[in-house]
Amino acid sequence: MKLSGADIIVRTLIEQGIETVFGYPGGQIINVYDSLYKYQDEIKHILTAHEQGAAHAADGYARASGRPGVVIATSGPGATNLVTGIATAYLDSVPMIAITGNVPTYQLGTDSFQEIDITGITLPITKHNYVVDDVNDLAPTIREAFTLAISGRPGPVLIDVPKDIQIAECEYTPAEPVSPAPPQAAKLSRIEAAAECINQSQRPFIYFGGGLITSDAQEELLALAEKLDAPMGCSLMGISGIPTDHPRFLGMQGMHGHYASSMAMHRADCIIALGVRFNDRVTGNRAKFATHSKVVHIDVDGAELDKTVAAAHSMRGDLKLTLQKLLPLLGEKHLPEWRKTVEGLKFEEQKALDRQSGLTPRSAMLTLNRFLGENTPVATDVGQHQMWAAQSLCFKNKRRFISSGGLGTMGFGMGAAIGAAAATGEKAVLVTGDGGFGMDLNELATAVTYRVPLVILLMNNGVLGMVRQWQTLFFNKHYSNTVLDRRTDFVALARAFGADGERAETHEQLEAALKKAFESDLPFVVECIIDKDEFVLPMLPPGGSMDDIITKVDSEVQDD
Amino acid sequence: MTERNFTIAVLVSNESGVLNRVTSMFRRRRFNISSLTVSETESPGLSRITVSTSGLESDKNQLINQLYKLPVVCSIKELDPIESVTCELMLIKVKNEPETRADIRDAAQAFGAKTVDYTRDSVTMRLTGTSREIDAFVDLMRDYTILEICRTGIVSLERGSTTISKIEI
Repeated sequence: MKLSGADIIVRTLIEQGIETVFGYPGGQIINVYDSLYKYQDEIKHILTAHEQGAAHAADGYARASGRPGVVIATSGPGATNLVTGIATAYLDSVPMIAITGNVPTYQLGTDSFQEIDITGITLPITKHNYVVDDVNDLAPTIREAFTLAISGRPGPVLIDVPKDIQIAECEYTPAEPVSPAPPQAAKLSRIEAAAECINQSQRPFIYFGGGLITSDAQEELLALAEKLDAPMGCSLMGISGIPTDHPRFLGMQGMHGHYASSMAMHRADCIIALGVRFNDRVTGNRAKFATHSKVVHIDVDGAELDKTVAAAHSMRGDLKLTLQKLLPLLGEKHLPEWRKTVEGLKFEEQKALDRQSGLTPRSAMLTLNRFLGENTPVATDVGQHQMWAAQSLCFKNKRRFISSGGLGTMGFGMGAAIGAAAATGEKAVLVTGDGGFGMDLNELATAVTYRVPLVILLMNNGVLGMVRQWQTLFFNKHYSNTVLDRRTDFVALARAFGADGERAETHEQLEAALKKAFESDLPFVVECIIDKDEFVLPMLPPGGSMDDIITKVDSEVQDD
Repeated sequence: MTERNFTIAVLVSNESGVLNRVTSMFRRRRFNISSLTVSETESPGLSRITVSTSGLESDKNQLINQLYKLPVVCSIKELDPIESVTCELMLIKVKNEPETRADIRDAAQAFGAKTVDYTRDSVTMRLTGTSREIDAFVDLMRDYTILEICRTGIVSLERGSTTISKIEI
């Protein structure tokens, strides 16, 4: 049948199994919005307050579901407002399709009204991008974009569609949803060499990241840990990859990772790194990282191997398939000495935590834990609250911790939480701070309009806490532009948006407010007041090594 | 760990913006490219990029792995300098003066450079050869007055019947 380009875009999205898209209309995408009107029974569009919120929503949708998120925006500012959202998805390997309108092909390159070279702008932050200049190429391009977005290491793909291509007509034949390129295991010779290295290890440590979730290799990972009698830690992106309460799991690694997890990795003689990229936030000073251990590294992206950390054995391949081939080559280990060392580290960590009392960020997170269902997605913004959440929240199922890791995007959380709620049909939680919330609270309007079930735990300390923490420790307490003297009444603000809210200054109030929030039909803001000098600990100073780890800060450092 | 020169041949799909995609990646990953040539190939759908760069073995592997991730890239191969024929073309314009004319002519003859333009004030010569030969000739011409130089960058093919079109990467 003959259809317009705009209809083809919407029909191809429907054909690819997309039920919800996020976006914002405008002049050069108006034809697509006309098609969305036409096909509204088959595809739902969520209108956000800002294109950036729509991009983060598509991202949150993809992270929570594993299916590509779709965002639609107009040309010019509509397209540039997507940039932070696309970059966030790119750095965290999230499959996303961004569709932008543009001026007609005959006006391209003439600096027309709201014309921008969005493919040029997004070249370094997409897996690939397209300008479609023939309507006949439109459906095949969208299908190719979906294939790329979900194959190998996933990521965002942008399709720029000039207005005349949206209007032009051509024959459209529906197709099946695309499949990712078939995953492949690493080369057997490499796996064999790695197995030999692992078999010799006396203190193995498994370090996994987002790649575990993407390749669905949880079962293989747990089998590996059992066989090797090994503890496990993860990167920020690996959180929720396995149940948080797994007895072998020591928690997140890195700058603000769990003490036991970071120390165990430091003491290991063999680090088995699965679907990670050894970001500087994990390794600290790379020259001093893992100097006593051999690194075995598996990743689907060959460019991540030996990029920042030289591995003794590196393998490019799908994690699940590679682990399946690796497992039979490994001998069963019993390492009571190593287990004792790890237990000692866990004890030390616990001892430090037990000293805390009153309403602390950690106790707030532990309280929140009691309200989380097995499938509740929790999104965060970026900063101290994000690290507290990463350290202390408990997850049963994968894809339930949704946080901007690589780019560290403040203002990510509201959109992401809305997207996660749309993808899962579950009540979603946003843990945010007063700084981060200031960047995305406009999306409260979206949550109210679409009755998104949302609990927002706002950790309000009146400062940009993470930067303040650095200023305290490394900049002589020069609190340059980190004190937010805003006097925003967040409860009144929530109500002004048509949501609800409550303020909590004690444990009892927090408990009561969260109870109300989880029972509420409206998006609900729980404002939790915390001290401005709460620190995220432990802390590995930037560029430091495990020998420099800060586990406590003298009270006078914080107070005076 | 020593730095050395690498020559890498890349087949890419012949569509608009491809060169930009490849060079944009080199720029943002901070690869140091000393020469880059692009041309059409035996098949109309493909262009060939020849990149020469210097660095550590790990830099080269990173460059190849990053290239591999670009969907427009069809094939990549590092060309072994001994197993390949490599050359470059240069046009060089020098000042034509009675007192140096004979020396320039002798040098050109020794290197096999062909005079392609000759005026009262200038001589333009064309030289094809390895980058080293061309460097040597340029060095010799510095004794006179060089007005302009234009070099193509290197092109390279493997010796024998092997091609790079079906390489597993």
